Amino acid sequence: MAIYTKEQAQALLKKVLSYSKADECEASLGGGDEGNVRYALNAVSTAGDVSSISLSVTSVYGKKAGSASINEFDDAALERVVRRSEELAQFAPENSEYMPMLGQSEFKEAITYNANTAAMTPDSRAEMVGKSLAITKEAKLSAAGFLDNSTSFSAVMNSKGLFAYNKSTDVYFSVTTRNDAGTTSGYAARGFTDVSKLDTASATRVATMKANASIGAKAIEPGKYTVILEPVAATYMLENMFRFDARSAEEGRSFLSKKGGGTRLGEQLMDPKVTIYSDPFNPDLPGPTWGGDGLPREKTMWIDKGVVKNLSYSRFWAQKKGVAPLPGPSNIIMEGGDATLEDLIKSTERGILVSRLWYIRMVDPQSLLLTGLTRDGTFYIENGKIKFPVKNFRFNESPVIMLNNLEALGKQERSISVESYRSYLIPPMKIRDFTFSSLSDAV
Amino acid sequence: MRRRDFIYLTGLGAAATALPNLSAFGKSIDVQDALNPVDAKIKKELSDAGLNAARSAGATYADVRIGRYLNQFVITRENRVLNVANTESYGVGIRVIANGCWGFAATNDVTKDGIAKTAKRAVAVAKANAKLGSAPVQLAPQKGYGEVSWKTPIEKNTFEVPIKEKVDLLLGANAIAMGSGANFVNSTIFAVNEQKYFASTDGSYIDQDIHRLFPSFTVTKIDPTKGSFETRSALSSPVGMGYEYLNPLASETVGGITPRYKNRYDMLEDIKFATKQAGEKLTAKSVDPGKYDLVLDPSHLWLTIHESVGHPTELDRVLGYEANYAGTSFLTLDKWKAGNFKFGSDKVNVVGDKLQVGSLGAVGYDDEGVGTKKWDIIKNGVLVNYQAIRDQAHIIGLKESQGCCYAQSWQDVQFQRMPNVSLQPGTAKLSVDEMIKNVEKGVYIIGNGSFSIDQQRYNFQFGGQLFYEIKEGKIVGMLNDVAYQANTQEFWNSCTQVCDESDYRLGGSFNDGKGQPGQSSAVSHGSSTTRFNGVNVINTKRKIG
Repeated sequence: MAIYTKEQAQALLKKVLSYSKADECEASLGGGDEGNVRYALNAVSTAGDVSSISLSVTSVYGKKAGSASINEFDDAALERVVRRSEELAQFAPENSEYMPMLGQSEFKEAITYNANTAAMTPDSRAEMVGKSLAITKEAKLSAAGFLDNSTSFSAVMNSKGLFAYNKSTDVYFSVTTRNDAGTTSGYAARGFTDVSKLDTASATRVATMKANASIGAKAIEPGKYTVILEPVAATYMLENMFRFDARSAEEGRSFLSKKGGGTRLGEQLMDPKVTIYSDPFNPDLPGPTWGGDGLPREKTMWIDKGVVKNLSYSRFWAQKKGVAPLPGPSNIIMEGGDATLEDLIKSTERGILVSRLWYIRMVDPQSLLLTGLTRDGTFYIENGKIKFPVKNFRFNESPVIMLNNLEALGKQERSISVESYRSYLIPPMKIRDFTFSSLSDAV
Repeated sequence: MRRRDFIYLTGLGAAATALPNLSAFGKSIDVQDALNPVDAKIKKELSDAGLNAARSAGATYADVRIGRYLNQFVITRENRVLNVANTESYGVGIRVIANGCWGFAATNDVTKDGIAKTAKRAVAVAKANAKLGSAPVQLAPQKGYGEVSWKTPIEKNTFEVPIKEKVDLLLGANAIAMGSGANFVNSTIFAVNEQKYFASTDGSYIDQDIHRLFPSFTVTKIDPTKGSFETRSALSSPVGMGYEYLNPLASETVGGITPRYKNRYDMLEDIKFATKQAGEKLTAKSVDPGKYDLVLDPSHLWLTIHESVGHPTELDRVLGYEANYAGTSFLTLDKWKAGNFKFGSDKVNVVGDKLQVGSLGAVGYDDEGVGTKKWDIIKNGVLVNYQAIRDQAHIIGLKESQGCCYAQSWQDVQFQRMPNVSLQPGTAKLSVDEMIKNVEKGVYIIGNGSFSIDQQRYNFQFGGQLFYEIKEGKIVGMLNDVAYQANTQEFWNSCTQVCDESDYRLGGSFNDGKGQPGQSSAVSHGSSTTRFNGVNVINTKRKIG
């Protein structure tokens, strides 16, 4: 087990700092155990089990900083890593933006650790994958999936008296179900802190249902459509926007920059139904309560009823601008409504239901124009009902424009980005005038 | 918490996440230590401990990879150095077949005892999953090479060049940009050294020393009155070379509308042009959407080759092993078996190549101990082969692997990764000027930009760095807001001309992502300037708020 308790971490870091001769010194310790199973064509393809732990030390003389790290922990090794960081600091050029380390703060205990997830083994992973495979075999579909669990810890201590510790667990599952002819595909993804909330069978049933419903997809003309984005689709699209950084906005190179200079702080940038905030204590999406900058992470509003409420300020930029530092989002929660996905479909005269988006890339950072494609379940809606599956589209759309064209929100749920594997609380959403620019033959 | 979050929270931040192959748990060491590889004799003894433990636990095959992965990065903006770091990640990954199923385990406890325990863990993982039942793994035969070694042919080890020299180069480049009117500039040098030792129950003990380098920059210019900004990134390439790449040579520079580079790069020259061009982009004409003939420079075309030829010919995708993440491929086995599937026009000849000197993919042996080679993938426009590893070779009737196995570090399992996939130059003499002379209505694109392609590699969209309008055989000015969309097969069948080998250059990616858990690999793609007729160009300008 590569997991240190708070007391073990504290004792080791204290010893490390006792070797320091620099003006300032910070030591951080992190590690974890990770296990995974990957399967395809209804059989396991690769599986692994990895343990790792490392100590990193930063020494500072004036405004010159150097870092070194090591993964050996005898006394000689601990002293060696401190000396290396001191040598690198002496060689380093002065950083005019260096900020002195912070002293002790009160950090609340995070709720990011779950014992059920930490207790997972190769056999329990195999059993959970077996449940998924049983569903797809019965449905005569071919499954490709991935189950990954990790338990990790991180701790930091510095010569100014700061100490912080956190321990967390995560489990991630996703599955794609396809028929042998390759003419249909369905998908589901789930991510939790507590593995007891993960039902691989029910997630696989959702994927098989999408695959079965997608047979015989028809091509319809690309153009502007009302779309309903399921949470896994909306999450991937919106995560490209969740960087509310003051500096780049004030420097004039962000979607939050204002014409003529300054930022869009305080402006109504989106529909009033849009409220986005961070909260490390949300039980459905717990986050760390401190960051590498030594600052606590608290509940922070970013977009309140469509208005830009806060921008994040690094400690250097805050000092330069004479404001309080504000760390960036530790997690992202978007408020939803009461409607179910079915309600959103029922209220749609003509539109497209999008299950998942794929290969999203920035086209223009100024307008946040993104391009990407639909995948694994795209359906035409008419008069409140799903009429037929449609072929996939490429879109060119900005999440900012999209959240101005917001018609309705459904119930918020924990969803995971298919690219970054980060979790978010995001509702399904109905958007008008979403721009599909071409058709794709991909299934 | 995931690795990416750990990096974020510990403040390694952008620098670490931008660096491929950097383990979050890597240890930083000084340059001297990095230059002393672990003795091959010691690695052989350690490997044998792993192979023996795996066999005793019931493995029918095992390989042990002892890896020391060194990275150095120097990151600057304007007149400041943001970060200088050396990192090292040292550990061992063990892959086994037990009860017909793969298992993998890894540890940073590089002792005989730690390795033996890890080998047993790998066997336990294989046995747990074998219970789920599947066809047993079938490995293509591979003879043991005994004790052999290979090293990237470098002239100057980047890790031996003093930090000051690198800082001076980057800050010198930044000063040129800021002095010529840039508002912001970021510049970086990334260097990678993989010291990896591979041993297998087939009887191979392979010691390799791999070097890669990637210098780059981005210049930003702002027009505050319009609230707009433009960037121009470097036209450098990541290379499988030493620091010699950064010593400019006039004979390695290609002239034309802006300088481009072969085996040597002139950062100070490129950034001067970049600053001027970022300014021009602010006032360039916004493109009228429609059909254009595209003239694509190798600094741009490498990415289109990567996404639309490299990925769909990966055999694991074709077979469905990547269905849950990267996707599958439209180049299904029936198209290959037919022997006449017209992937492109007869001008299109594409090779897989793990040998090319200076490329990112060049190694002596892959990460499952197979000697590397070069082979045809598209011949006169027809799909003739894929990219395969040992457990796939039999599926396409091969008697041996094509040597495409790679793991990004000791703690990741090796799997099929793309070799260098390159478009061969035209055989008839043809310069870029001659090519442009015959274009009535076209866009000349230099440098890579935005990219996106579907999960079976049919529909793609690409941007670029520089766009020039061609009218009646002449370049008439700069364009902006350009992206082109096409279907892969239609696009490559619209290829009408490829310039000769005097224009041939490599581009590449330092961090091609694939797999679950995700892994990054580095790969080059060569081409000469190439013409495609009648491609759909869209305008990407939007306004928010």
